[in-house]
Amino acid sequence: MIRAIGKTCMRAMLAALLADCSGWQSALDAHGPSAVSLKQLIIVIVVVCSLVWMLVMTTMIVALLRRREVRPATPSPHRMTVAVTGAVVATVLIIGTFTVISFLATHALGVAGQDDLTIRVRGLQWWWGFEYIGPNPSDRFETANEIHIPVGRNVRLKLEGLDVIHSFWVPSLAGKQDLVPGRSNELTIRADNPGVYRGQCAEFCGMQHAHMALLVIAQSQDDFDRWSNAQRQAARQPAEEELAAGLQTFLAKPCAGCHTIRGTAATGKTGPDLTHVGSRRTIAAGLFETTRGSLAAWIADPQTIKPGNNMPMVPLTPDELRTVSAYLASLK
Amino acid sequence: MSRPATTPGTRDIELQRTGLTSALAETWKTPSGLWGALATVDHKIIGRRYILTAFVFLALGGVLAALMRIQLALPEARLIGPDRYNQIFTMHGANMMFLFAVPVMEAVAVYFVPLMVGTRNIAFPRLNAFSYWIYLAGGAMLWIAFALDMGPDVGWFAYVPLSGPQYGAGKRADIWAQMITFTEISALAVAVELVVTIFKQRAPGMTLNRIPVFVWAILVTSFLVIMAMPAIVVASTSLILDRLVGTHFYNPAEGGDVLLWQHLFWFFGHPEVYIIFLPAAGMVSTLIEPFARRPAFGYLALVMALIATGILAFGLWVHHMFVAGLPRLGDSFFTASSMAIAMPAGIQVFCWLATLWDGTPDFKTPLLFIIGFIVTFVIGGLTGVMVASVPFDTQVHDTYFVVAHFHYVLIGGAVFPLLGAIHYWFPKLTGRMMSERLGQWSFWLIFAGFNATFFPMHILGLQGMPRRIYTYQPDLPWHGLNLFVSLSAIVLAAGFLLFFINAIRSARSGEVATDNPWNAPTLEWATTSPPPSYNFAMIPVVGGLQPLWENRDALSVADGLRTDRRELLVTTLAEAEPQAREASPQHSIWPLWAAIATTIMLIWSIFSPWAVVWGAIPVAITLIGWFWPKGTPEDES
Repeated sequence: MIRAIGKTCMRAMLAALLADCSGWQSALDAHGPSAVSLKQLIIVIVVVCSLVWMLVMTTMIVALLRRREVRPATPSPHRMTVAVTGAVVATVLIIGTFTVISFLATHALGVAGQDDLTIRVRGLQWWWGFEYIGPNPSDRFETANEIHIPVGRNVRLKLEGLDVIHSFWVPSLAGKQDLVPGRSNELTIRADNPGVYRGQCAEFCGMQHAHMALLVIAQSQDDFDRWSNAQRQAARQPAEEELAAGLQTFLAKPCAGCHTIRGTAATGKTGPDLTHVGSRRTIAAGLFETTRGSLAAWIADPQTIKPGNNMPMVPLTPDELRTVSAYLASLK
Repeated sequence: MSRPATTPGTRDIELQRTGLTSALAETWKTPSGLWGALATVDHKIIGRRYILTAFVFLALGGVLAALMRIQLALPEARLIGPDRYNQIFTMHGANMMFLFAVPVMEAVAVYFVPLMVGTRNIAFPRLNAFSYWIYLAGGAMLWIAFALDMGPDVGWFAYVPLSGPQYGAGKRADIWAQMITFTEISALAVAVELVVTIFKQRAPGMTLNRIPVFVWAILVTSFLVIMAMPAIVVASTSLILDRLVGTHFYNPAEGGDVLLWQHLFWFFGHPEVYIIFLPAAGMVSTLIEPFARRPAFGYLALVMALIATGILAFGLWVHHMFVAGLPRLGDSFFTASSMAIAMPAGIQVFCWLATLWDGTPDFKTPLLFIIGFIVTFVIGGLTGVMVASVPFDTQVHDTYFVVAHFHYVLIGGAVFPLLGAIHYWFPKLTGRMMSERLGQWSFWLIFAGFNATFFPMHILGLQGMPRRIYTYQPDLPWHGLNLFVSLSAIVLAAGFLLFFINAIRSARSGEVATDNPWNAPTLEWATTSPPPSYNFAMIPVVGGLQPLWENRDALSVADGLRTDRRELLVTTLAEAEPQAREASPQHSIWPLWAAIATTIMLIWSIFSPWAVVWGAIPVAITLIGWFWPKGTPEDES
């Protein structure tokens, strides 16, 4: 039975390791120079450690099962001392090598080239605020829970903790770095391949720590420029009657007290900037795909969907809910 | 100091053997009934209670682990909400670290160290009684708070600002901090008792280089407790002050510092790991002798490795903070020190392998647990080397990789030897043997279940699964392994259940044990199973490292102790030469009163700072009662 369990276990692990789809949030699926060199380091250390383990296990098995003479053999303390000393020396060499290569890897990670783009990252219970900073004040804009970056360029993230400690981690691009209140940390990321990479808060930050995801969308320079120009614009004035009614509801109800929609009277700062919420792939920090339906569900009952989060349930009539969700979905 | 020979009082040497044992039994006995049970200061009764209580907490913590595994078996499961889940994982960690792992190691030491060094009671036995009551009260407070939905929910590490006044609403974080106060008081008390027992109460002839390795491990551990606990005392007290009276130790807006908490916590928290691991390593070095049927290889190397680990333990706390944003050069220093601790660990593993190689293994349950320990602990040690590397750690820190790592170290590295030790020492605890058949079954279930449960977590961590999440979304590729892990946990739980059944059944109806059923070499086997209240009728005299193997027929004994009052032999620190006869206190109810008064003060102080003022009065009264001379024979100086 134990062997059967062992076999199942081995098979599951091999499947997991060999499967190409280790996911879009995996240290084994590296798409940036930082993550690639970390993956190489991980593989080297894991392979060496596995060999060490196998060597120790072989020694133990032989020690336990080796044939013993009927008469007690003359003890050989001297040879045993030599063997143990040799093993200790080997240990020292291995961990010494590990220390040196991890020191070198740390240095390689620390040296970033020219930073082309700077983003202020704010971690909040339980969502991410992003502020793009450019050379000119007019370049700056805010978004939430999703950043776009141009492929092949270094992006400097200025990490600011505002409430509790969070940790920014997009494993396919780089290792993690904490956002600590009262301190400013930095992290440079770069994506070498276009794609969508998921990240998640890695430091326990309270009730909804599990639902604090973010997306990094790496795209060509042209696509990125198009996207950032669009993000810089204020929200489009609603033309249709339904959408105008939605905006009215948004402004009349407590929504505007916490959220900003640039170009309207909504300038709240507590919640995510919603100026282009309809253009983002997900809402509620990675909880749902953005659709009119998911927006309506979220507005109708945020506390059941993400218990404990800071968005209150605002009582709306069915009509108000319909129009406000239509309006938000239209904010591309 | 020793009394002049003219003092009245019968000496052991003047009595025949039967007269001697009945006189000693009369002097050392614990009064019967409830009062006696509450007033006892016998290290064996208190040690047994301590061990039993710690295993109850182990079972409770295991139930919490099972709940978490049920919740995580499927993505977006709604069985347990985030609020309850956060309490559960915080309780699991705090309970296993503070109420099980550290106390159980100290508990085993409370029972066995006096026996292994050949003395009649632990030093400061009333303090020992007090420490147990405080431990029980702290554990009860934590679990009652959890039952009332007031359990701490900020992680066992309680990072500020999440645990601070602004974000940690209610009294949950205060319950955590005060539970720390309870456990640190009891742990410090036990550590002091053990250091004194080991330094001053060893049997004549037990020079420093004849101390059993387990006792050495406990000595080093006790010093770790004494040096590491003050850091957490400062941390938890200042957290309570921040929360109760607004002292702003940790509030960056008022000049406090968030990282200060992490430094203080881990300056304690990392040695804490060795406070748990070193006794386990000592158990392995001690258990391996009877089951390899030869003395442990490299006594000096084993002892030096324990001491080196104890010293290095204080130099690695920053590896818990590699992604907090400290300067990289400083981080690299801590990489080096964290890697260096692999050396003493390696030395011990190689010595154990050499012992097995040269010995004749006897594949009984305790040896199986030692083998299981070597298999898993080496994995835990190697993943420890991995997380010691700063760049490696930036990918696995706070992921399931780390969860796998420390369960390999703590279950593989500490619980396996502990279970082996329980099977081994069970006859000395209860007078009966544990069932070998059930023992082997429980070993294989635990070993297979443990590896199947925790090994896949390494992969989950590398695949990006963070720790401390109450659920995960279905579009992440984690559900297969999580389901596998949850199913494997059933096997692990079955193994532990079988162990508990075996222990309970054997305690009631197991085969009656002889004095030395394993043919073991250390002094605890030189007395009956279980030992009488006075441990040894005559204090043994030790001439080597394996006294029972060197003098199989008759152990030399020392005489001259009084039998009409509780007396111990005090010996010199290095050479263990007889130095004095010292009185040992009788049973007393005052430690219980003092513990109750302390408990009231500590729990009250969660709610009001004035509790420290008014609550100190009953504490002072009970302490005066405790130390007031009562004219018992032990009070004669």
